[in-house]
Amino acid sequence: MPARRIRFDEEDRFGAFLWKRDEAPTGEGRLSGIPVAVKDNISTRGIPTTCGSRILEGYIPPYDAFVVDRLIAEGAAVVGKTNMDEFGMGTTTENSAYGPTRNPHDEGRVPGGSSGGSAAAIASGMVRMALGTDTGGSIRCPAAFCGIVGLKPTYGRVSRYGLVAYANSLEQIGPMGRTVADVSLLMEAISGYDARDSTAADRAYLHTPQQEIRGLRVGVPEEFFGSGVDPAVAALVWKAIERLEECGAEIITCTMPSMAYALAAYYVTCMSEASSNLARFDGVRYGPPCDVRSSWHDAFQERRKDGFGPEVRRRILLGTFALSSGYYGRYYAKAQAARANVRADFARLFADVDVLAGPTMPTIAFRFSEKSDPLSMYLSDILTVPANLAGVPAISVPCGTVRGMPVGLQITGRHFEDERVVDTAYVYEQVAA
Amino acid sequence: MTSCGPVPAAGTQGSARSIPDVVIIGLEIHCQLATASKLFCGCSTDYREDEPNTHVCPVCLGLPGSMPRLNKRAVEFALRVAKALDCEVLEESEFSRKNYFYPDLNKAYQITQYDKPLASGGTLTTEGDEGEKEVRITRIHLEEDPGRLVHVGGSDRPRYSLVDYNRAGIPLIEIVTEPDLRSPKEARRFLNKLRATLEYLGVFDSEKEGSLRVDANISLLGSERVEIKNISSYKGVEKALTFEITRQKGLLRRGQTVGRETRHFVEARGVTTSSRSKEQEHDYRYFPEPDLRPVRVRSWVDGIVLPELPDARRARFMAQYGCSPGHARTLTGDLRLAEFYEKVAGADPIIAATWTADTLLGELNYRDMGIGAVLPVHFIELLAMLRDKTITDKSGIEVLREMLDAVKEKRPQEAPATIVERLNLRVVRAGSSGTGEKEIPDDQNPLITAIRDVIAEQPKAVEDYRSGKKEAFNFLVGQVMRKTRGRVDPAELQRALAAALPEGEV
Amino acid sequence: MIGEKDVEHIAVLADIGISKEELEKFTTQINPILEYFEILDQVCRTGPENEGTANIFREDKVTPSLAQGEVLSNARETEDGFFRAPRVM
Repeated sequence: MPARRIRFDEEDRFGAFLWKRDEAPTGEGRLSGIPVAVKDNISTRGIPTTCGSRILEGYIPPYDAFVVDRLIAEGAAVVGKTNMDEFGMGTTTENSAYGPTRNPHDEGRVPGGSSGGSAAAIASGMVRMALGTDTGGSIRCPAAFCGIVGLKPTYGRVSRYGLVAYANSLEQIGPMGRTVADVSLLMEAISGYDARDSTAADRAYLHTPQQEIRGLRVGVPEEFFGSGVDPAVAALVWKAIERLEECGAEIITCTMPSMAYALAAYYVTCMSEASSNLARFDGVRYGPPCDVRSSWHDAFQERRKDGFGPEVRRRILLGTFALSSGYYGRYYAKAQAARANVRADFARLFADVDVLAGPTMPTIAFRFSEKSDPLSMYLSDILTVPANLAGVPAISVPCGTVRGMPVGLQITGRHFEDERVVDTAYVYEQVAA
Repeated sequence: MTSCGPVPAAGTQGSARSIPDVVIIGLEIHCQLATASKLFCGCSTDYREDEPNTHVCPVCLGLPGSMPRLNKRAVEFALRVAKALDCEVLEESEFSRKNYFYPDLNKAYQITQYDKPLASGGTLTTEGDEGEKEVRITRIHLEEDPGRLVHVGGSDRPRYSLVDYNRAGIPLIEIVTEPDLRSPKEARRFLNKLRATLEYLGVFDSEKEGSLRVDANISLLGSERVEIKNISSYKGVEKALTFEITRQKGLLRRGQTVGRETRHFVEARGVTTSSRSKEQEHDYRYFPEPDLRPVRVRSWVDGIVLPELPDARRARFMAQYGCSPGHARTLTGDLRLAEFYEKVAGADPIIAATWTADTLLGELNYRDMGIGAVLPVHFIELLAMLRDKTITDKSGIEVLREMLDAVKEKRPQEAPATIVERLNLRVVRAGSSGTGEKEIPDDQNPLITAIRDVIAEQPKAVEDYRSGKKEAFNFLVGQVMRKTRGRVDPAELQRALAAALPEGEV
Repeated sequence: MIGEKDVEHIAVLADIGISKEELEKFTTQINPILEYFEILDQVCRTGPENEGTANIFREDKVTPSLAQGEVLSNARETEDGFFRAPRVM
């Protein structure tokens, strides 16, 4: 059968893509004829995969990630690779070595990150759907900032094989799209068992969004509306939660004390894992070469000095410190204890409620360079990181605008109840329309 | 059996210069497990004959996005070892990352086991300097082998390195002992015993180059401990430790102290050299490998049926074949040798034991060859000819050497009988010896002709013999031996010579 | 509080190469972050350890490797089938 090709000559006005092609092959399947963009930290055979970093400039993977195999098997037209914060380290996509992506709703603002390219590609109408990755909110944050839908699946539900690791124990590949139905469709395509990822579960997602949530118990932890949350955002999200109540859901306020240290636990964990994951880029096997006439440590330090941007270097330093002799117990080990407590907190809450609801991000999208201090940037991830620490599914669905900028409602569910968070988001999306 | 009690107290504390005699040695042994595929991917482990970088995949290269997958058989092999060494298998073990930078390390970390190894606390009985002793095993864990580096431009001043990742990911088992060994010889015997045990378990092939690497900790009682890295042969362990004892004693004798350090063994020169102090500042930043799940296999141990191990086989060889304790130890000290012996023991296990353990092994060692060089059928044929005295022991050795040299020089292999015929080694008999062999006329009998020739050539010795000098007879025997190139049975020769000589005056 | 000396030590451990200016900047930025992490000092584990799956294995089967050309295709410095790397001495 001759391969069918589709045209993809959309103008990239917001800097969403790092690589794209004018024409892409498409096949038979559930995604037949649909242009899909793929975040640039997902390996694509024969197509550059840079993770938004200079250190992987020119690297061409000899294999496809599991999810890319699945896209192709479902007939999708993989049209390009999207921009991102270097290795996923950021909340704005400003940390890409190849320049920032702009928010299609306001070009003076960031699209969110780190999957900002994927979100902007969808929000600008270039593609119907895209793959993102979410380590501490990197799908949900740009979804919220760009006014689209993004799902971080249950940890293990989508194979990470081929995803360039930043923080293995936290991250998941997930679907992003204009509508909940699109996100659900893309999730169907990319889920499924893959033996090459030892942390993957054999729990395929086969689901069509349902409109019925009567009797659903929706928990609202008070910490989700804490002091850092913009009051206008909080008010909008509360209104959205009330819409769920109107649809038959029961709203239950609750508390989640582990939120006090969840962000610290998250950053210590992701930085530690990153310091190890990113050590392999030595220019010997791939990527820009190191100077082989120099001595090993000199060549290697030079390579890493040139290759990594400041945020990546900062996190490598902090992660190295957190794992180093004499500090492991205080940082890494404590973070794992904190993480266990976050999991336990979710388990306790999910004994009483079916899903949790709150804002995805505390604010609307930042203006460029608005957050120059690293710590204040980190603090904006406070609402998204708990789901990653616990490995539970969470979705961000648009719930209106504040000062003209989109706001996301975040629904978090039990392990392997991605279907339920999708349904809840779907019901909201339908009544809000 | 002496058990390893506490370290004996230091000898006389007389002078400050007294050099302690007590040596304390502990070993860390890394062995490649004989799986078909690597520890974390499906690449073949059979790489030795092949081009560099032809047994690698995204996992072996540490390509971004690749993920490890644990080989079940490697875990099973390690469990077999744990059971054989009487270790306690942990309820839950896990893999950790050991982070350090080196070009042979594809990911800049090695996946190994750290605070939750597969098994801990065991023993292996070995032949100590003062009889059998139990050496305590601290722990057993699994890890991946790094790649291989070739230094270009000489090892002293390399210009750059070449990297081959074929070896990267080969499963290694690391076995750590307590400091229970007391001499280099003991250490070597322990290693030999361990090697035999691993081979009996079917998890290790010692004949593969580089399949075993040892790090040794050694200290003289009361002094700091020195770690010797990079020993890659059995003999090397004994050499390195012996060198190190001499070096350390030399330091003490000169009134210096032994500093705690890591040294490398330079096999070619038989010495240890100091490593840069920077290497001792390693901070490996271990943490659990997030891409692998924990291993809970303690319950599998009960299901493992161990094969006969060296000690049991040694006892059986003594009981079943009547081997001497020494022969039994030698023959069971190597799996292939033991199996070879059982194939050839046949009709006369005692002769087979002597010829295998003493003669054959000596000839093989001399040529640096393994037992695989000899076909059991050939050796059985050789033993049969020795037993029925078709050839003499001396000819037997000649045949054996001929067989081994043919293999060594890659010539076609001949059956021993063919070699005997070709070299004309069949025992020469004086006449009707009751063997039922066809009589040959005297003038065609090499023994008779040789005796006649010697008598003719050595009139003085013959005269001496006649006049009663006994030594003259032995001289004549030697002369005949030389002429027949050892093909005659010594007893028969003496009989025939005595008969041929004129009567003595005694 | 960690000082420039500590950050320099970490940079060596991380083999990351660091300039004088960067050292100053990172030291200033890292301290408030570490201060924020101090909240972890109060954490006592109440949640259970190591939930989830165990014993995820692969059978010992040989699968095809990459071709040598493909293996070396992303490296700029190769020689006779090897990767070239800086000297280690």
